Amino acid sequence: MSTIVDPVDVAATATSLLRFATAGSVDDGKSTLVGRLLHDSKSVLADQLEAVERASLGRGQEAPDLALLTDGLRAEREQGITIDVAYRYFATPRRRFILADTPGHVQYTRNMVTGASTAELAVVLVDARNGVVEQTRRHAAVAALLRVPHVVLAVNKMDLVDYAEPVFAAIAEEFTAYAASLGVPEITAIPISALAGDNVVTPSTNMDWYGGPTVLEHLETVPVVADPSEDPARFPVQYVIRPQTPELPDYRGYAGQIASGVLRVGDAVTVLPSGRTSTIEALDVLGEAVDVAWAPQSVTVRLADDLDISRGDLIAPAAAPPATTQDVEATVCHVADRPLKTGQRVLLKHTTRTVKAIVKDIPSRLTLADLSQHPAPGELAANDIGRVVLRTAEPLALDPYADSRRTGSFLLIDPADGTTLTAGMAGSAFAEAAEAAAAAADDDAEWDF
Amino acid sequence: MTTAAAVSESAGGSGGPGGGGDADNPYALSHLDALESEAVHIFREVAGEFERPVILFSGGKDSIVMLHLALKAFAPAPVPFALLHVDTGHNFPEVLDYRDRTVARHGLRLHVASVQDFIDRGELRERPDGTRNPLQTVPLLHAIESNRFDAVFGGGRRDEEKARAKERVFSLRDEFGGWDPRRQRPELWQLYNGRHSPGEHVRVFPLSNWTELDVWQYIAREKIELPAIYYAHEREVFARGGMWLAPGEWGGPKDGETVETRLVRYRTVGDMSCTGAVDSDAATIEAVIAEIAASRLTERGATRADDKLSEAAMEDRKREGYF
Repeated sequence: MSTIVDPVDVAATATSLLRFATAGSVDDGKSTLVGRLLHDSKSVLADQLEAVERASLGRGQEAPDLALLTDGLRAEREQGITIDVAYRYFATPRRRFILADTPGHVQYTRNMVTGASTAELAVVLVDARNGVVEQTRRHAAVAALLRVPHVVLAVNKMDLVDYAEPVFAAIAEEFTAYAASLGVPEITAIPISALAGDNVVTPSTNMDWYGGPTVLEHLETVPVVADPSEDPARFPVQYVIRPQTPELPDYRGYAGQIASGVLRVGDAVTVLPSGRTSTIEALDVLGEAVDVAWAPQSVTVRLADDLDISRGDLIAPAAAPPATTQDVEATVCHVADRPLKTGQRVLLKHTTRTVKAIVKDIPSRLTLADLSQHPAPGELAANDIGRVVLRTAEPLALDPYADSRRTGSFLLIDPADGTTLTAGMAGSAFAEAAEAAAAAADDDAEWDF
Repeated sequence: MTTAAAVSESAGGSGGPGGGGDADNPYALSHLDALESEAVHIFREVAGEFERPVILFSGGKDSIVMLHLALKAFAPAPVPFALLHVDTGHNFPEVLDYRDRTVARHGLRLHVASVQDFIDRGELRERPDGTRNPLQTVPLLHAIESNRFDAVFGGGRRDEEKARAKERVFSLRDEFGGWDPRRQRPELWQLYNGRHSPGEHVRVFPLSNWTELDVWQYIAREKIELPAIYYAHEREVFARGGMWLAPGEWGGPKDGETVETRLVRYRTVGDMSCTGAVDSDAATIEAVIAEIAASRLTERGATRADDKLSEAAMEDRKREGYF
């Protein structure tokens, strides 16, 4: 049972942190759901609510429009739509939440990709009257593409279908089959009414047939910490700390955030791309010496040997280093308004390393708007998802995105003015899942990315 | 009915300390550890990629926490950035004293951009309401330009205000210091893009994902010293616009406003002309945390006059180059 927040308890307890994203079509009630989560978890304070009430009245609405809590920009309030990802914060005694609130418009696919890139869970909203629609499948595809570990299907507006179990069960079954075929590892379906408050924070009395958690209860209890000891360690060097003071004339520490896995004092390590080897002599977690540290801790590593190591190098276990390559195949989401073209010269930012690269080929493009597929399109436009082949000027220690969201992801940047062009996910794992999904989906849409 | 394509480790009914399934996981980080690690990562990214970064330092709690994180990020070496204070001329004396002691203790370099200097030179004009907070933008941008700062750390948090909820961690500013919320770079994973053209700079917000309560819990955990005005003390104040303001040469009290002595503290620290005190008997950090957690007002709603100017006051100021 989800408890209403006692804020004093929040202060007293150290809690875990869950980052999650919401996705929904324009009229699915996403802003209302977010507003309800914030409001019913008592994260909306009196002056904010007054401002919303004032603005709602000024617009001639009788009840406060909870969507106004989340539409922060002048243009959004003017148009009554959400145009950009925004981040919201709330807490219960069990957890602190960072919510990436992403718009559902087709033309803002890049915003859902942005929100999903750091999310451990995605909430996909469906209107119970409409069921699984194309937009729902797009959201499932983006969640699968970005490898969001947990997906919640919130079947909203149950009040408008008489809270009927068969309606919910059919939608849940269809969505679960589809998302699972895309490779989404865990799916939880919850029947809700964001407007009426059913099963958002408090259990619904209108749906006795539902025995599962409310949305908030699920958010509070879903396990988010994987076991980092199952992954090989990856430590991108961010910055070299050299005090060069009389007390510390020879100190040389490699500062960075552990991208995956566990580091221990005494570990034999390889430094890439040079391939030199050493052992970890000391580990500091922000000034405190430790024997062991793990992702995503920010640490300082000292090695037994004096190697030439600088920002952009990667420290990995000598027994399990990543392969290095100058030929990168990836699934990408193009996020800039100007297109990405075959033959274009770009910068590629991967972990702490930025290298020159050239777009050798764009084998395919998938337009999420209509799921149409275009072989050899020659370019990608804003919000397109496609496959690219890149050649880099220097070798990269790149893991498949399927193995590591941190060391498998990269950005393409326009060298002329620094514009972020494209979000990249290395490897082909998603292509296989998408092909399976296309086969499973009973329509003509083909997925070849 | 709950559907699950793959059954996860059971989290149901654990209900123990920490809740969720994470309490038993030896690799779980507390939310403060996770936020700290993320902020340190951001500081080091800037140190690795920019030529001339600077930390905006007002002596307020957010900038104090920022500096604390920077000290940890580069230990045992010193912080490789200077500090920049935009001095409105109406600052609380306790805060200026704190600022100068902090700079001396850590051997830091401090730049001061003075609103008063700009007024004295006729480059800025005093506003009729006496508020100098909006006047900070011009000296700030001048300091950034004349010192050729290319990255400017600010203590802004996305939970403060709904325009700030749209702010990126790395926020590109044009050659006029302006922010265009519709032209922001998407920010994906932990890959921050700090590329900029000459004349442009990047505002960096390492505390983006922190809330007011996180900041206070962190201050408590790390035993960080704050200026005394954050804790309850007897002080002369007068009422204006629903807030308790401190009297001073900045223009208060006026006729009809009466000074009285009250037990108060500050939730935010800015210009005396627009930062209000709140009635409080919270004299210790534990009491402050309990008070904040139970408060039904946001810190800005409670104590900042300048945000009440219009529905989009913060967005409009940020577009002009405010932090």
